[in-house]
Amino acid sequence: MEPGSAFFMVLMAMIGGAIRVSTPFLFVALGEMITERAGRINLGLEGTLVLGAMSAYATSYQTGSPWLGVLVAGLAGMGMGMLHATICRLPKVNDIAVGIALMLFGTGIAFFFGKPYIQPSAPRLPSIPLGGWSDNPQVVEALKINPLFIIGIALAFFLAWALKNTRAGLILRVTGDSEVAARALGHSVGLVRLAATGFGGFLAGVGGAFLSLYYPGSWNEGLSSGQGLMAVALVIFARWHPIRCMLAALLFGAAGAIGPALQSIGITQGYYFFNAAPYILTLFLMIGSAGSKKALRDAPGELSLTR
Amino acid sequence: MKAMRAIGLDVIGMSKRFGALAALDNVSLKVPAGTFHALLGENGAGKSTLVKCIMGFYQPDSGQVLVDGEARAIRNPREAADAGIGMVYQHFTLVPSLTGAENLVLANPHGDAVIDWRKENSALEAFLARMPFRVPLDRPVAQLSAGEKQKLEILKQLYLDQRFIILDEPTSVLTPAEADEVLGLMRDMTRRGEVTVLMISHKFREVTAFADDLTVLRKGAWVGSGRVAETGHETMAAMMIGDTPIRERADRLPRENAPVVLDLAGLFADADDGRPAIEAINLKVHAGEIVGIAGVSGNGQSALVEVLSGQRPMRLGQMFIHGQDFMPGRKQMAAFKVFGLPEEPLKNATVPTMSVAENIAFRTFDRPPIARLGWWLSQAPLRAQAEALIAKYRVKTPAPEAPIATLSGGNVQRAILARELSGEVDVLVVANPCFGLDFASVAEIRAQIMDQRNRGAAILLVSEDLDEILSLSDRVAVMSSGKVTYVEAIEKTDRATIGSHMAGGGH
Repeated sequence: MEPGSAFFMVLMAMIGGAIRVSTPFLFVALGEMITERAGRINLGLEGTLVLGAMSAYATSYQTGSPWLGVLVAGLAGMGMGMLHATICRLPKVNDIAVGIALMLFGTGIAFFFGKPYIQPSAPRLPSIPLGGWSDNPQVVEALKINPLFIIGIALAFFLAWALKNTRAGLILRVTGDSEVAARALGHSVGLVRLAATGFGGFLAGVGGAFLSLYYPGSWNEGLSSGQGLMAVALVIFARWHPIRCMLAALLFGAAGAIGPALQSIGITQGYYFFNAAPYILTLFLMIGSAGSKKALRDAPGELSLTR
Repeated sequence: MKAMRAIGLDVIGMSKRFGALAALDNVSLKVPAGTFHALLGENGAGKSTLVKCIMGFYQPDSGQVLVDGEARAIRNPREAADAGIGMVYQHFTLVPSLTGAENLVLANPHGDAVIDWRKENSALEAFLARMPFRVPLDRPVAQLSAGEKQKLEILKQLYLDQRFIILDEPTSVLTPAEADEVLGLMRDMTRRGEVTVLMISHKFREVTAFADDLTVLRKGAWVGSGRVAETGHETMAAMMIGDTPIRERADRLPRENAPVVLDLAGLFADADDGRPAIEAINLKVHAGEIVGIAGVSGNGQSALVEVLSGQRPMRLGQMFIHGQDFMPGRKQMAAFKVFGLPEEPLKNATVPTMSVAENIAFRTFDRPPIARLGWWLSQAPLRAQAEALIAKYRVKTPAPEAPIATLSGGNVQRAILARELSGEVDVLVVANPCFGLDFASVAEIRAQIMDQRNRGAAILLVSEDLDEILSLSDRVAVMSSGKVTYVEAIEKTDRATIGSHMAGGGH
């Protein structure tokens, strides 16, 4: 392939874009996968993502340490997740309704506290240049990998292993598949879900930190534009498996990178249409997987989607 | 002298109240080590409450449990397990998506956080080698048969080294042969002094065949105990029922050359997950005939009933009534006089929050006299109809306006009978009509079904209770893996033959 060709440039821009754009999807999807594996849906992750982005940016600005920002974002997300789990433990509370309420709550408080941080510039996360072997500037640019992406990929493989080979993983699957069985084993369904939703919130908060501290790399109110919700759709498409979640996140990332990639070689026609690609993809994947009976078979038995 | 590993258990003066209801009233029970004890009683007699108190699910108001003669406080199921007491529940507690091995490993409360599968698998192999029955452990539990699941439940308790095992109606999902195998092996283990068994049951045949002693409860109170060998079925029944009057069943009127009413021709339908639920069902039901469909639950019977009542789409096939094409729907069901008593009536045949009167009117509310001008619902005739039927079918309800969910199971079933059977019936589809009901209600409902048969209705009776099929049917069909594998007149077949077809044996 000719390194200077337009096709090569688009391809490189898409690979780089896929890695950048997919990272928040990856974190939110893995978190939501764990939450749903415990038998609950947390739609509030959109709000958690925005809150995570705001608190990471604010912390990084105030302390000068972006990594501390990531941690604070995760803790804020964990708080949101545990709030969701705690409210859902009350009798006759619907997890989807609580999720929508928390989505609005999360974005609301993020906008409220985030107002002073829209203008100033905070220290951002570093990137790891893996493209040093190449003298092609596009390759070098595409392979500037952010450390969170690597952590996310490692996490996907770790979760896949842990769901099979650890007691905690098995207990999580039991709770998601059959409350009765979990209780008969002497485990508290509420506690397992509290932990799973808290963990899911933590990852979503970290995903938010990526948005404000790496790409796009600033804090503003239109930062997330529904990525938290798309990640929930992605979990269903990935049929609740960590590795498939990772692949689906990369696919969504690549779709999200189409618009900017084409723009980079000067194709601006249909820019907004290509930017809408991930949303269109979400729509078609939902239609496709909603009709799939195989998806139903893999779904956790206690999930309110499938009951 | 054999080494006695089994433990004995005494319950002394146990009482438990739920609000105004005395669920258990001063019940005592003695189960010596290495015996097989049967706990008999009707639904609501307090058997489940008693074992749940023993297991620590409930805290009894008074009374105590002695394990091997020593008083022991059991505050939760974990403490029961520590005392060596394990329970096999009526509804499976295995996790369907996990494999048998994963289920067993998870059941062990002292396992490691990270599971070393090589070590666990060899330990499981060694354990299975000592056990009387084998179950494939590498497959997800969802793929096991009901019999294998039940065995795995028992294996789980033995793997946890429980030496007093409570079985809650263990055979309700098993074929007769599987039931005999599992209970036989359990009895052999008690004979060898390895375990003690307390079995909740209402099947006299199993109690007589396998148990050493029995205890009968009625309305929360102890009625009697004794050696099984010295107690006849009549005595057991008398102890369980007390002096409640039981309605005599109408005699079976002979029938000759009756025409075919319901004709099912090659029905196919899919389960929710897309797998085939029923395949190539061919069945004819004549006027004045009860065709009983036997089978272990989950072999397509529910799907068949759902297809017949229009709740599940047919993929292929045709249904005929009196030779005419029948598509289940409100209009055609009224025109062809098709009625139904689905299983779990509160869930499948009522709107629980609507009143008894409204539920009774579901068949007639859109026709005169209740409906006027085709759309106006008048309350007076609706109430009058409800009052008449409530009286005729002896539905015990505080008022016609009471929500039907507040009625007892037997009275919900009576209200549905009143709705479905008060008019003229040509085709009746019945599914597990007596599940969970007391003796008096069971007798009443079976009498009503026989009554409809004698009046010329074609009846399809789906039941998991083989005794019900044997006592009501004119012909028996067996469903296994979604197919009808066997059809025979009742006088030309017997329990063992039906049982082997239920197991998919077919010989």
